[in-house]
Amino acid sequence: MADTTTPSRGFTLFPRLSGAAVAGILIAIFLMAFLVLPVAQVIYVAFLDARTGVFTLQNFQDFFNTTLFRESFANSFYVSAMSVVLATLIALPLAYITTRFNFAGTAAIQALGIIPLIMPPFVGAVAMSLLFGRNGSINLLLNQHFGFRIPFMEGLNGVILVQSIHYFPFILINLSASLRNIDRSMEEAAQNLGSHGIRMFRRIVFPLAMPGYLAGAALVFIKVFDDLGTPLLLNVNNMLAPQAYLRITGVGINDPMGYVISFILVAFSVFSLWASFLFMRGKDYATVQKGGGGLSRRDLKPREKWLAWGVILLILAMVLSPHIGLLLLAFGTIWSFSPLPDGFTLQHFGTIFTQSSQYVWNTLIYAGSAAVIDVILGTAIAYIVIRTGLPGRKWLDYMATAALAVPGVVLGIGYLRMFHGIQLPFGLGQMSSFWGIIIVALAVRRLPYALRACMAALQQVSLSLEEAAESLGASRSSTIRRIVVPLMTGGILAGFVTSFATAAVELSATIMLVGRSSDAPLAYGIYLYMQSPAGRGPGAALGILAVVIVALGSYLSQRIIERERARQAMTADRP
Amino acid sequence: MTLTKAGIRIEDLHLSFGETKVLEGIDMVIEPGEFFAFLGPSGSGKSTLLRAIAGFGPTPRGRILIGDRDIAALPPWKRNVGMVFQSYALWPHMSVRRNVAFGLEERRMPAREIGPRVEQALETVGLLHLADRMPAQLSGGQQQRVALARTIAIEPQVLLLDEPLSNLDAALRVQMRRELLALQRKLGLTTIFVTHDQEEANTTSDRMAVLDRGVIQQIGTPQQLYDHPENAFVAGFLGTANILKGAMQGADFVTEAGQRLPVAPAAAPAAAPAADVNRIVLRPQNIRIAASGGDIMGTVAHREFLGSQIRYLVDTPDGQIIVDTLHSSGPPPYDEGAAVSLSIDSQSAPLLAD
Repeated sequence: MADTTTPSRGFTLFPRLSGAAVAGILIAIFLMAFLVLPVAQVIYVAFLDARTGVFTLQNFQDFFNTTLFRESFANSFYVSAMSVVLATLIALPLAYITTRFNFAGTAAIQALGIIPLIMPPFVGAVAMSLLFGRNGSINLLLNQHFGFRIPFMEGLNGVILVQSIHYFPFILINLSASLRNIDRSMEEAAQNLGSHGIRMFRRIVFPLAMPGYLAGAALVFIKVFDDLGTPLLLNVNNMLAPQAYLRITGVGINDPMGYVISFILVAFSVFSLWASFLFMRGKDYATVQKGGGGLSRRDLKPREKWLAWGVILLILAMVLSPHIGLLLLAFGTIWSFSPLPDGFTLQHFGTIFTQSSQYVWNTLIYAGSAAVIDVILGTAIAYIVIRTGLPGRKWLDYMATAALAVPGVVLGIGYLRMFHGIQLPFGLGQMSSFWGIIIVALAVRRLPYALRACMAALQQVSLSLEEAAESLGASRSSTIRRIVVPLMTGGILAGFVTSFATAAVELSATIMLVGRSSDAPLAYGIYLYMQSPAGRGPGAALGILAVVIVALGSYLSQRIIERERARQAMTADRP
Repeated sequence: MTLTKAGIRIEDLHLSFGETKVLEGIDMVIEPGEFFAFLGPSGSGKSTLLRAIAGFGPTPRGRILIGDRDIAALPPWKRNVGMVFQSYALWPHMSVRRNVAFGLEERRMPAREIGPRVEQALETVGLLHLADRMPAQLSGGQQQRVALARTIAIEPQVLLLDEPLSNLDAALRVQMRRELLALQRKLGLTTIFVTHDQEEANTTSDRMAVLDRGVIQQIGTPQQLYDHPENAFVAGFLGTANILKGAMQGADFVTEAGQRLPVAPAAAPAAAPAADVNRIVLRPQNIRIAASGGDIMGTVAHREFLGSQIRYLVDTPDGQIIVDTLHSSGPPPYDEGAAVSLSIDSQSAPLLAD
């Protein structure tokens, strides 16, 4: 890290190390202002008496004395836990089939692991109630032919069904990865000592896959616990996140209950992450040896093969149902009390392009700007953390990553509270309702994704490449500009696309920050349309657009990552 | 701990991975209580053969008998064959004690008998004091011993060791192979040891089988194989060998370049007639180097100082020959470029007919 300035290079305003330090300080200020302080403020207000401003636990007492809040708390917990259970029931057979057997349907299962993620759960929620609701297609047919209905979507059931179908891939991906990381000898040693079959799976294989399963399950739990969009669209209001939203938007910014709920949401997120971290510590069970394969796979017997295909097709049908429902809704004319829409039309797309194109443009601008901010911050933080000796640099990483544990509702409430009443110059109005603040919220929420991509990219750039440039006389800033950033392009691009695609369908923070409907993004537009039966068609058409954006984004980032990997593999021979 | 001694008999064993033949016509008899090594380069099929005895991998054709029982059709968990894996395969989610108890629990042994058996097995490998550690808290050598204890706890009829020393560092490897041998002697357990390292095989095993490309090349004691290799592969794989081509003329071996070398009658391969002899094996330390008066004339092309020995690479009409001489002190007698004469020890120059 010696500062060997070459005098011949152009002037620099700051000495090199200061350049990184200045960037670090600016990023720290940004994260303090738009993440740490708003969240801290929310937590702080939860402990203040609304009228006198003194410290109190009264708000929590009020919260637990109110039947509705107690019920919401129990419901949120119940829905999250049941979603984990249902998601496990879906993911476990899929993970087991792909890792233990030679099975032709493995590609179908891999697709199963991606399809749900490209549709934000709240988009599919309404379509799901048209398919599975009390008077939805399935129940109409059941009632017609068998004379009974199944309450798939009644109240909390609906939230559980929609969430578990959307989030089971987190368990599938983590569980399959852990199963694949178990060395064959682990299983062979057990067989050698006299164990086999289900008993061996229970005693050896599943315990070894446990860390992966728990990581996935904790993620599902938190995501469901924090989610606002799905319960709102299914009109289930007696859960925590909807209550927080309704209190703040209905009762007002000073109502302490919104803050108490926010505190509970954050505390639960942090607690779940901390608990899973504690459990996982020292339990890296990845045991695959060099040259050794994962668990041995065997061929399926014909009857087992039919069974496997049956399970997969059933799950596939479930997983695709929001997509199918959304398509029917978007292209259908009237769809009510009948298994299928009465007719098909392109009219809804016409409606949204003539009336609602501002949603699309707003989304492109918001998500695009947020993603640009994310990759700039992500690249800078990655460089500071990995390549400089700046004191406290790890905290930049911790702060940025902490955004993962902050539910969108909480960030939204924090912004409302903090920027309420701050007048912006140039006639931009109040800061808390200024459209720019939506961009900042999106950028903060998606920064962890972009940061991870940038970190990974920088870690693959060998330090010797930079040293070579410096030994040839390039200054630090010139090395970053001409060597480091170009080599990180793939990772930065992947980070941009991921941030963009997920920001484009973000609802929970934006729903609180949208000042006027003309400033609203796609997700908010879908929410508005879906409020009325007449708006469902255009809402679904907007939903299709959202799915296309996310699918294209996921596909692009996948392509970029694969291309990078191929490029890395070509140059990986060097140490 | 007393274990029943059982011999192993393998008859006409064939095994293939799809189209690729990995083992062909394996026949061998391993005596009860014997320490037997499978030695061969990677890809020779030695590990596949060991795994076939344990019941892993594709089902082979042929018979594998332990004692009088043909186990070839049994699943691994019914064979009562103990295997120590190259990676040790200790389960990271169980303590040392639970790892060792596992096999006994699977045999539905009453809990009050399991405790003492586990402690006895750990005592045998000298690790009783670490019984409540997790595997990740142990060194490589300790993990190896736990793996051994876990295997001997079930009192198997046969102990299989798959490259057990390859994950240890050099100093520990020498110590562990002595401990392994001592343990095997104490238990009297029929043991098969797979290795690609001839030194490991030589120092531990009573007898060994050298494998190459799925075929047994030769079976015998380490010294038999070194002194009387039956083919060029065995001669070259066990130690360094100069192999010269030629043919018998009367009682002498004449090389392709026409050098006449006296050989002892005992050097000829037992099975083959003298007319088939086509190669002679000259060990570097069995060749004497002098300024003149030997059997083969040559020039020193290169000299290496190896500490206890000095190695000369000598250019001769029959190609380059490696000669080792003992070093005590003083400057080496022959410089590069010096004309020298090599003579062979007729008693220790085996002939090959392959």
